[in-house]
Amino acid sequence: MQLNINGRGLAVDVDPDTPLLWAIRDHLHLTGTKYGCGIAQCGACTVLADGHAVRSCALSVESAQGMQITTIEGLGGDHPLQRAWIKRDVPQCGYCQSGQIMQAAALLAANPKPSDSDIDVAMAGNVCRCGTYQRIRAAIKDAAGVV
Amino acid sequence: MTPSRTKSSAFALTRRKLVLGGSLVGGALIIGYTAANFGAVASAALSIGAEAPVSSPFGPFIIIDRDNWVTVVNAFQEMGQGIHAGVAAIVAEELDADWSKVKVISAPANVAVYKNKEKGMQVTAGSSAVAGAWTQLRTAGAAAREMFVLAAAAKWDVSAGTIYVRNGMVIHAGSGRQESFGELLDLAAKQGPPAAPLLKEIESFALVGSPRVKRMDSAPKATGAVTYTQDVQMPGMLVAMVAHPPHFGGKVRSFDAAAARKVKGVVDVFAIPSGVAIVAQDTWSARKGKDALTVTWDDSGTEKRSSEQLLQLYRRIGEGGTDDRGASYHSKGDPATAFREAYLEASYDFPYLAHAPMEPMNCVAQVDGRQVKLTFASQLQTVDQVNSALAAITLPGMVHIDTLPAGGSFGRRGGLSSGYVVESVQIARHIGKGKPVKLVWTREDDMTGGYYRPMAHHRLWVDRGADGLPAAWRHHTVAQSLLPVGPNATEVEGIKNSPYIAGCAVTDCRVFSPSVGVPVGFWRSVGHSHNAMVMEHTIDQIARLGGLDPAEYRRAIYRKAGDERRLAVLDLACERAGWGTSMQGDWARGLAVHEAFGTVVAQIAEVALVEGRPRVRRVVCAVDCGIAVSPDQVAAQMEGGVCFGLSAAMYGKITLDDGVPAQDNFDTYEVLRIDDAPVVETHIVPSRRDPSGVGEPGVPPIAPAVANALLVLTGKPTTSLPFVA
Repeated sequence: MQLNINGRGLAVDVDPDTPLLWAIRDHLHLTGTKYGCGIAQCGACTVLADGHAVRSCALSVESAQGMQITTIEGLGGDHPLQRAWIKRDVPQCGYCQSGQIMQAAALLAANPKPSDSDIDVAMAGNVCRCGTYQRIRAAIKDAAGVV
Repeated sequence: MTPSRTKSSAFALTRRKLVLGGSLVGGALIIGYTAANFGAVASAALSIGAEAPVSSPFGPFIIIDRDNWVTVVNAFQEMGQGIHAGVAAIVAEELDADWSKVKVISAPANVAVYKNKEKGMQVTAGSSAVAGAWTQLRTAGAAAREMFVLAAAAKWDVSAGTIYVRNGMVIHAGSGRQESFGELLDLAAKQGPPAAPLLKEIESFALVGSPRVKRMDSAPKATGAVTYTQDVQMPGMLVAMVAHPPHFGGKVRSFDAAAARKVKGVVDVFAIPSGVAIVAQDTWSARKGKDALTVTWDDSGTEKRSSEQLLQLYRRIGEGGTDDRGASYHSKGDPATAFREAYLEASYDFPYLAHAPMEPMNCVAQVDGRQVKLTFASQLQTVDQVNSALAAITLPGMVHIDTLPAGGSFGRRGGLSSGYVVESVQIARHIGKGKPVKLVWTREDDMTGGYYRPMAHHRLWVDRGADGLPAAWRHHTVAQSLLPVGPNATEVEGIKNSPYIAGCAVTDCRVFSPSVGVPVGFWRSVGHSHNAMVMEHTIDQIARLGGLDPAEYRRAIYRKAGDERRLAVLDLACERAGWGTSMQGDWARGLAVHEAFGTVVAQIAEVALVEGRPRVRRVVCAVDCGIAVSPDQVAAQMEGGVCFGLSAAMYGKITLDDGVPAQDNFDTYEVLRIDDAPVVETHIVPSRRDPSGVGEPGVPPIAPAVANALLVLTGKPTTSLPFVA
């Protein structure tokens, strides 16, 4: 299977029905994308596919072929969202935060100045059991330049 | 220039006998050792073959490099609560280190050196880490600092009293001469550690209590760079899953592995005591193998009752309708003459709750003969060592643990039987030769795997005195014991020490511990998670029945009890929330005050009913946790605690059909999401007391605060959780 991950063409030797999540974690060793539920209910595995936030646990490698996939590692580390996340000490356990940031990246790409309710609607598919939600809201607004 | 300091006891690591902490006794294996001689037996078994503590001239908690980096060795697990920053700040404060050059590593499993002073074992539990580390790490930091001062005094031929330390620089006050820790390292290392270093006066703290104490892991967590257990990769590592029985404690009768073995990547399939293990080259192959497996289970003797049947039983027990008289823990006066016509009679039902941390359970194990190596987010290292040693037929000390950060726990990784850890050891032992095996539980394994917050029922009868305050309190709590040794403090914490009961002339408080075949465990805030709801919602109902303001009513009780800390958080919360001022629209305020693990929290929630469901928009939280080492992380724990408690109060429930959990993933076990999350405003009561924990105490007050607001909105008490049926 041929994938395009973070701007690089990569070959993975897996069955076509393998979820993209396990291909990028176990075979490409990009472990920033997390397993949380396996049924697209928690958002921990969120990546960008052609700029849209998708659940990589529910997207097969076969379907992902031809898509431009971006994982948390592909965001660069100095993305405005990542800077805001660090400045506000958003993470607690941190396990969901890759998915939160990727979901937020898709939101800001589509809506550069989101309101609180825009954020709530866009981010409601991403569970954080530590309850960092109010810092997530604040950090997204920081990154959007909305204070 | 030199901050004034007080004498403390000892740099020394006392080799006190290993004593089991009250809340942590038990577990299938531990119980075998729970004799008076546990200490001697266990410390010997835990020391033979044990991984050495960190070796440093500055003791086992502090490493200092020539390039001026200070590394703090953290004996506690970082599960999101920010304890890396907490322990680092305590050391850096007394050491006067450069905070920008302080980092943290996790301690090896070595109970003799790294035990939690509050618990007697190497464990992270009961919101005890900062409290347990406080004096120990201040002393360690102060001793290391003194070694640098003595080194500089000798080198410069000046008196030690003329030298101070700032930001990792050792400075002579008179001449301004200065050298860094790195430059003085060799000479400092040769100084004997002082037996009783001087600790700073609290007033001279420069770092502790300041906004500079930020998390140390936000950057790696915002970039996906942290290695959780799930992310461990080792050469030749295999991935295992386990097919578990639907009923708790069910056994494998037979299994057909033919189809599973044909799955590409599956390398082995075999039975273990808790199910059937599938070992594969990678996670997805293991998952496909698990799905292809056919197992016939033996569920004889397992729990078959439904939640509804248990609820009816608990209610009968609670009203005294069975032979069970329970265990009395608070008895005063003559109950026979009281309660004839109770002023308030109330009952409450609580469901089982799953922890549902974002990272499902997992563990990387390597077993080579008697040597066991575990790489995972161990929360109770000592307990995991003992249980793993039994599984591998070795000594606990020979179980080495590389502790990783946890993707949440909330108590799930603190199970006394170390269930998933033992599974990983059994599987790695079967594979053998020290080959690494990563056991991965699916979300479904995790959610249906038990160790839940116990289901609970409370029944109360309360009478008032002439002054209107509670005068007689009868309280029946029905819940499975968290320990295998019958009724214990964890079931009645928050009731037994309640100021509402303290002032009563007559009390009759009992706990009933029915035997149910569902594994239960510690769930963030433990007994407080239901007891706070009962106490705080009951007291609000009594106040409102008497037409009294619930804040004023509480004040009257706290004044009578001399409870200054509750009064202070209540006053602070009321002031900041505008208690007593009118609310626009259909919003109402509800209040709760509760003490857990030595920390007192008041919360005032602003609530409306939207389409029949409570909606919480704002929570004002006042907290007295003694000295707040990191005010921002105290706030973070209050924000998170409110969300965790509100998630359970709104939606949380595991129900049983025929003994089998009906919820197995986030589609059926609903949790709080961002669109339900209130804004939490945290206010910290200034304090000179030694710190108490904040990881759990933010959880208990939110459910009653919301219920008390609903009481205003509907006039009806809440008699069961969750709010959303």
